[in-house]
Amino acid sequence: MFRVLLIPVLALVTSLALGALVMLLFGDDPILAYQGLFQGAFGSGRAWSSTIRKMIPLILTGLSVAVAFKAGLFNIGASGQFVMGSVFSVAVGIHFEGLPMYIHLPMAILAGMLGGMIWGAIPGFLKVTTGAHEVIVTIMLNYVAALFGGWTVYAGGTQGQTPGPLWDPTARAISETPDVLHSAQIPWIFGPPYRVHFGVFLALLAVLIIWWLIYKTTVGFEIRTVGQNPKAARYAGIRVEKTVVLTMAIAGGLAGLAGTIETLGLNHKFAPEFGGQVGFDGITVALLGQTHPVGVVFASFLFGALDAGAAKMQFESGVAADIIQVIQALVLAFVAAPLIIKALFRLRSTQDDRHSASLNTSWGGS
Amino acid sequence: MMSNPVLEVQEICKIFPGVVANQDVSLSLHSGEILALLGENGAGKSTLMNIIYGLYQPSSGEILVRGKSSKMRSPRDAIGLGIGMVHQHFQLVPVMTVVENVMLGSEMLRHGFLDREQVSQRILDLSRDYQLEVEPSTLVEDLPVGIRQRVEILKALYRDAEILILDEPTAVLTPQEIEGLFEVMDLLRRQGKSIIFITHKLKEVLRIADRIAVLRQGKLVGEVTPSEASEPRLAAMMVGREVMLQVDKKEAEPGDSILEVKGLEARNDLDEICLSEVDLKVNAGEIVGVAGVQGNGQTELVEVLTGLRPLKNGILRIGGHDLSGATPREITDRGKICHVPEDRHSYGMVDNYSVADNLVLNSYYRSPFAKGMTIQRESIDTNAETLVKKFDVRTPSVQTPGASLSGGNQQKMVIARELSRPIQLMIAAQPTRGIDVGSIEFIHQQIVAKRDEGIAVLLISSELDEIMALSDRIVVMYRGSIIGEVLNKETTRQELGLLMAGVKSDSENIQHSAP
Repeated sequence: MFRVLLIPVLALVTSLALGALVMLLFGDDPILAYQGLFQGAFGSGRAWSSTIRKMIPLILTGLSVAVAFKAGLFNIGASGQFVMGSVFSVAVGIHFEGLPMYIHLPMAILAGMLGGMIWGAIPGFLKVTTGAHEVIVTIMLNYVAALFGGWTVYAGGTQGQTPGPLWDPTARAISETPDVLHSAQIPWIFGPPYRVHFGVFLALLAVLIIWWLIYKTTVGFEIRTVGQNPKAARYAGIRVEKTVVLTMAIAGGLAGLAGTIETLGLNHKFAPEFGGQVGFDGITVALLGQTHPVGVVFASFLFGALDAGAAKMQFESGVAADIIQVIQALVLAFVAAPLIIKALFRLRSTQDDRHSASLNTSWGGS
Repeated sequence: MMSNPVLEVQEICKIFPGVVANQDVSLSLHSGEILALLGENGAGKSTLMNIIYGLYQPSSGEILVRGKSSKMRSPRDAIGLGIGMVHQHFQLVPVMTVVENVMLGSEMLRHGFLDREQVSQRILDLSRDYQLEVEPSTLVEDLPVGIRQRVEILKALYRDAEILILDEPTAVLTPQEIEGLFEVMDLLRRQGKSIIFITHKLKEVLRIADRIAVLRQGKLVGEVTPSEASEPRLAAMMVGREVMLQVDKKEAEPGDSILEVKGLEARNDLDEICLSEVDLKVNAGEIVGVAGVQGNGQTELVEVLTGLRPLKNGILRIGGHDLSGATPREITDRGKICHVPEDRHSYGMVDNYSVADNLVLNSYYRSPFAKGMTIQRESIDTNAETLVKKFDVRTPSVQTPGASLSGGNQQKMVIARELSRPIQLMIAAQPTRGIDVGSIEFIHQQIVAKRDEGIAVLLISSELDEIMALSDRIVVMYRGSIIGEVLNKETTRQELGLLMAGVKSDSENIQHSAP
């Protein structure tokens, strides 16, 4: 357990240290900056609520990428799946006036998840039928989703071109949807100015369900076996093709849920600029969390805090908030290339560990 | 020996955390000598060689090269002293040519560019001197395993190796290739090179070695010459007790036909016909051995029978069910078969899964291991505890990752899993490939025991000895067809050898001709 945490923690420490170095180079005061960052993330009720608010979608996109990893798939498409989730949930959320909340809200949420699932299943399906690599296809589908999302809220041109089907006419020249109906909004736990909604429990529930699915069910066994050794999976009678499509659909559904919760809980509408940067951050979060559902929660909390504290840091110390993205990128680099961290901290290579372990076992039972 | 030793190992100890891998091992190697290092998997052979080659540092002890105490800090030091090693898993770059692989790490430059010409010439010279024919400009990925091994040996000779360490060089070779390798080793010996030959195959040792050193549990248990050794004696030294090399079995009592294959046709990964017109029948209570030189369709036959490869034509019937074109799971469930795959690392197990999970790899979805879709962890662990005991799988715990078991124990784990469900047909492909004598003995006993319970067994093996020791009936595959069928008690090694080479005898048992 200790070893599992070692690399992520050291990666974070190293990144913060390098961030401080960059600040020093530009003549800024890193201590002041990090104080501001901490203040902005945890210094007050509003800081905490901001951290939590930013954490929610990261949990779900991180989970999306992590689940795909379990089946040996690299889902770079969380961004597009996020957008599809937003669009589908909004489409349901702005219609069906008069439905009670206990029907309308679940309907909108399921619609959003469905959007993401379809968007995730397509690359899975193309992979097993044509061999198209999911990395390429998911990247492409990110663009398709972004453009599709833009089209749905297109405000129409000055020469009378047709506006998009979800566009809000009262917004005039602005491309956005109307607000989702009250019956389809996720209620606040703490309303403005805190703006923390019940989506946080939905995200944590998803973590619990995915953890159970991956580690406690036959489906999870199949997903993990396909990821570890597809040949052995086939040998064991697992339908690898079905598992790949299913896993990508689950991954897409999770990223779609992220978009859904952001839309129904926070933005209450869709506009092209509510895009899926969190989809890409999901990759970092999944890797930092060692692709474990619980790890993803901690990593999301951390990244949420970094995002939340950035503005305060800039205000307090004058260090550009962009440095936070530099730090996040460094974290990704170090987690993806653990050898750097191992060399830096002179950690014993795992090769050695494995070898002595293997020797241990040759004798252990005799 | 008259000459001074070229290599001496004196009281080497190597201690890994929690385990002593080598304890007071002393050996000497003379010039022009083949020293066989014999021992079971995990006996410390590879550790010792890695110490000599500079990959590990000994905890204590000394290494003398040509009488001089030498410290090997890295393979570079060892190479500098004329020691070359051919690893069991080749260290070649598949997408590079033979020349590039040979020069890798000691590149020769002319005007700042790689001098492929000159290296190529040296390779040709070396291959002529040692009968290691190889075309320098071919890509390594296009070469068969046997030739890749030649490239490895050339690599060592190119670096002026006087002492060659060959780590399990025969494990990946066909019988013909093994003969070829032995010829090369003999030539090297006559030219004054010294060879340390690591293996656990007794026949090979007796055939080629000048001296045999046996390691057991990290200690040197003895040194003998082939003339004073015998297979049973060597086996006993390796394992530490008497080993049954001959399988004890009574006459088969064949019952109903279980596996029936008619007119089977299949294509390989390159979409070429790899099986044609295969007819095969296995009855309850008999072992049918499939002999043949590797690559004559045996692998594909097993894949078709287990549903892993589509059959283009023909009928597959198991226990009365027509299972032509069925999925692997349908065949396992309805055909009640078990399958010991030839490549346990690729197919038979998941390296990172615990022993317990590996033991339910293809039954995880059945009761009692799953209720609905929930995995029943307790049942899986109990099952593992039982099987580990029953099949003598040596592992510190059932939660240990499968990858850290020795080869023999991994195979016992696979066999434990496959024999733990009710079956009527066992398909065992290369069931003892690359594992130690003790485990081979155990696995052979298990297979015969299953036959005696009335289970039909199809045994595929490239080791003729294994086929002849276990089978009741033997079919020989040649170029994708069954070229002959004989009764084990009526056949000879010569007859089988001819059939394996595609030469039909006029015996009336023969059913099919080669395409």
